[in-house]
Amino acid sequence: MTPPRARLLLASLLAVASLLTLVAGGAGAAAPVNEDAVREIAAQLRCVVCQNLSVADSPSETANQMRGIIRERLAAGDTPEQVMAYFVEKYGLWILLSPPKQGFNLLVWVVPFAGLGLGLAVVAVLLRRWSRRTAVPAAEAPAVDEAMRQRIRREMAELDR
Amino acid sequence: MSAGRVRWAIPLAVVPLLFLLAYGFRTDPREIPSPLVGKPAAPFTLTTFDGEPISLESLRGKVVVLNFWASWCYPACYEEAPVLERGWREYRDRSVMLVGINIQDKEEPARKFLQQFGHTFPNAPDPQGRVSVDYGVYGVPETFFIDRAGRVRAKHVGAVTEQIFRAQVERLATEPG
Amino acid sequence: MIPEVGFAATAVALGLAVYGGAAAVAGARSGRPALVQSAQHAALGVWILITACMGLMIYAFLTFDFSVRYVASNTNLGTPFYYRITALWGALEGSIILWAWMLALYTLIVVVQYRRRQPEFYPWVLAVLLGIAAFFLLVMTIPAPPFERLSPVPPDGRGLNPLLEDSGMITHPVALYLGFTGFTVPFAFAMAALATGRTGDEWIVITRRWTLIAWYFLSLGLLIGGWWSYHVLGWGGYWAWDPVENAAFMPWLTGTALLHSVMIQERRRMLKLWNVTLIILTFGLTLFGTFLTRSGIIGSVHSFTQGSIGAFFLGFLALVLLGAFSLLAWRMDRLRAQGDLDSILSRESAFLLNNLFLLAATFTVFFGTIFPLLSEALRGVKVSVGAPFFNLVNIPVFLTLLFLMGVGPLIAWRRASAEHLRRNFLRPVLAGIAAAAVFRLLGVGSTLVLLCLALVVFVTGTIALDFVRAARARRRTGDGWTTATLGLLLRQNRRYGGFTVHLGVLVVALGVAGSQAWSVQTETTLRKGESVELAGYRVRFDGLEASEESNHFKVTGAFTVSNGRDPLTVLYPARKFYPREQTPIAYVDYRLGLLEDIYLVLGDFARDGSQATLKLQVNRMVSWLWIGGVILTLGTALAVLPERRPA
Repeated sequence: MTPPRARLLLASLLAVASLLTLVAGGAGAAAPVNEDAVREIAAQLRCVVCQNLSVADSPSETANQMRGIIRERLAAGDTPEQVMAYFVEKYGLWILLSPPKQGFNLLVWVVPFAGLGLGLAVVAVLLRRWSRRTAVPAAEAPAVDEAMRQRIRREMAELDR
Repeated sequence: MSAGRVRWAIPLAVVPLLFLLAYGFRTDPREIPSPLVGKPAAPFTLTTFDGEPISLESLRGKVVVLNFWASWCYPACYEEAPVLERGWREYRDRSVMLVGINIQDKEEPARKFLQQFGHTFPNAPDPQGRVSVDYGVYGVPETFFIDRAGRVRAKHVGAVTEQIFRAQVERLATEPG
Repeated sequence: MIPEVGFAATAVALGLAVYGGAAAVAGARSGRPALVQSAQHAALGVWILITACMGLMIYAFLTFDFSVRYVASNTNLGTPFYYRITALWGALEGSIILWAWMLALYTLIVVVQYRRRQPEFYPWVLAVLLGIAAFFLLVMTIPAPPFERLSPVPPDGRGLNPLLEDSGMITHPVALYLGFTGFTVPFAFAMAALATGRTGDEWIVITRRWTLIAWYFLSLGLLIGGWWSYHVLGWGGYWAWDPVENAAFMPWLTGTALLHSVMIQERRRMLKLWNVTLIILTFGLTLFGTFLTRSGIIGSVHSFTQGSIGAFFLGFLALVLLGAFSLLAWRMDRLRAQGDLDSILSRESAFLLNNLFLLAATFTVFFGTIFPLLSEALRGVKVSVGAPFFNLVNIPVFLTLLFLMGVGPLIAWRRASAEHLRRNFLRPVLAGIAAAAVFRLLGVGSTLVLLCLALVVFVTGTIALDFVRAARARRRTGDGWTTATLGLLLRQNRRYGGFTVHLGVLVVALGVAGSQAWSVQTETTLRKGESVELAGYRVRFDGLEASEESNHFKVTGAFTVSNGRDPLTVLYPARKFYPREQTPIAYVDYRLGLLEDIYLVLGDFARDGSQATLKLQVNRMVSWLWIGGVILTLGTALAVLPERRPA
């Protein structure tokens, strides 16, 4: 074979080879999935075999497989909401690490803040009541002798630091 | 704030909480009711340990008992294995199918398990756990009873006993098509 | 033989405790010191008998006496020596022995300390303590007897739960229980105060030190629990908002509130009713905690078994709560005092807010923990309440508490003038804002983290300002800096001990914020010789090695960790296969650092050692949690010292 033709043959062989690898490689790697997205979804799902850990944190095999399924579904084009809905469909609401903010479950999200608000109101009322009370008995303050006054002054200075 | 009656509200306020905690004794936090009961069973296609394909569609019209197991699941899977094999042999002529799905396991110990109990019904591994998650499995063993129309009718968590197997299968087998 | 002797000792102790409690009450009401003395002797007898029970059980463990069911369930012939001793508190029945023993010990200490000094309170305190001890002895007798005989005697035991074969196991329950049982003493004093009608400030001043020490042990127990979770459980975290973790956290929160509001009662004679309520809540929450752990009504990684023991604990909890709150309601008039402040801007307000937010956090944790039960009871629907909820709702509360931690110690009692506020807070506030700006420039993006950092700087600023000013004042009398500092710390040890504790909390807060915000991880399968990179580290898989240990089979992976070119270390995470466990237990290996921990967990591997799955984490700032614990210890030690009167 003449050198130019050999070169042509080699070049085309190389071209075909690279094309094939590209196609094969491309078929293996699906749409690249963001690992952070997988973790984010997994962090909201409860690991079913270990109590109270999320699927993201759990070292168990089940959690591993569930992360694989999340990855697969995201790669196939599901939205995060759809992936979560899939798990809820199979396991029940219980699989969500925190209940959805609707219906009865809204209570758990609202009550603590409501409690805090109520507490703040109570404290505000108390403080106002207590600070108003002192204004009245000023005139009836008992007489204090000089030694006592010095001592009081000293101790207050100490405390007020 | 008036004294007298109101103050006794404090100890009384504790009572509802105590009732709630007492209610807790009647529940089992580890038992989670399956949302799949009454719904169509999720389809699957797997390859058995003998190399044959098996799919749920192909079993439509039969009562299907789907059992999830693992060789490390001791003692429950070991207790129910003979029950399943016996049940299979008894009901196979009545158009009842028994399928075992092996999850989170290695091939060698799984095959040893099958050999030990001489299972003659098809068993297939579920390597990535897709089928187990599709069925909301959270432990082994779990057994699903699927009717002829392909609907999940019952789920049993833990080792299956003769009574449970018989009761469920009889019920589904004698149902009109 | 041991089962019978042990059971007899328990039964006699129970009888003594019941007798002692009754005798103390009778002695108190009839004014006959002989009865009270008799109760004292009963208390001593109770402690001796429980110590004997502990001794018997440990002896049974050490001699592999499998005729005792508890020994057979928790050890086997392969269990290492030291774990055979700590297995005493490895499961339910033994943990009750430990609890009862600590209670009895505390009772004895109370006897020795107060029998002469507090003759009015003392019999009632003794009665309450013995009554509570009697309950735990009752549990040891009926629903959860540790000395049950197992027959026929098995040739080998089942073995300790492998997760418990760890140094954390030796210390975590001990510290935690010292904390829980420690709160019994202030509770007993509070009940004595209500019963006798002596609802002045004495009971709380007496018990301040008890509360502080109990609080410290609880803090220590929680931190050690976090450490244990971090280095054993294999997920790289230290707190999961697990129901049993929450159950220990709640009394810590109310205990912290109590520590602070006690100061208001001491200085201003206010909040008496509130303080009694707080101590009842704290003690009630410790009981609730043991109830949750042992009743099995809420699933948890900690749960012991289910059984009738839950009913016993619920009954006792009901008795304590209803009884204590009824006593409170009865004596309410004597407890109500006029509060008075000159201004809303004062230390009293800061402390009130501190209490409010701590209790808001307690309520949040409580509600979240029982909500699944509530949902099931009212609707039949099972839901989970986990980390996302607790984190979301608690973070604002904790940030506010951080802020208050800076304000509280410096702001004046009664009234803080504008000048006072400027003098004490202007510079720290500016420092906080500046710090936030600096960190923002350094690349910290998250607002929450910036806020946390700013608050930490603010609080540190207030502490530093106070300290420097005070030391400088001392120096005016001619002392050098060291003498001034030491003098300050020792003379005002409560104040500076408190500051040190606050510093410890700040360090822990930094650790929490940093580790949550900046830790990274990845999971990958490596072939022999292959490496993975994360955060500037390269980890190379070198191979696997199998070994046979005394009670398990272990596969260890070798991984070389390098930073750039030079290898830093080789880590050996492993998988341990215990014959009785269904799944292998991960043995984590890690390299701790001040700012970064490298954390490796071995996953699946090929039999021939050709490849392995590795979870690699670079956790930031986690060590600050443990350092904070050390600072907390120093601070508590300083604060607990007996006070020296200022010269």
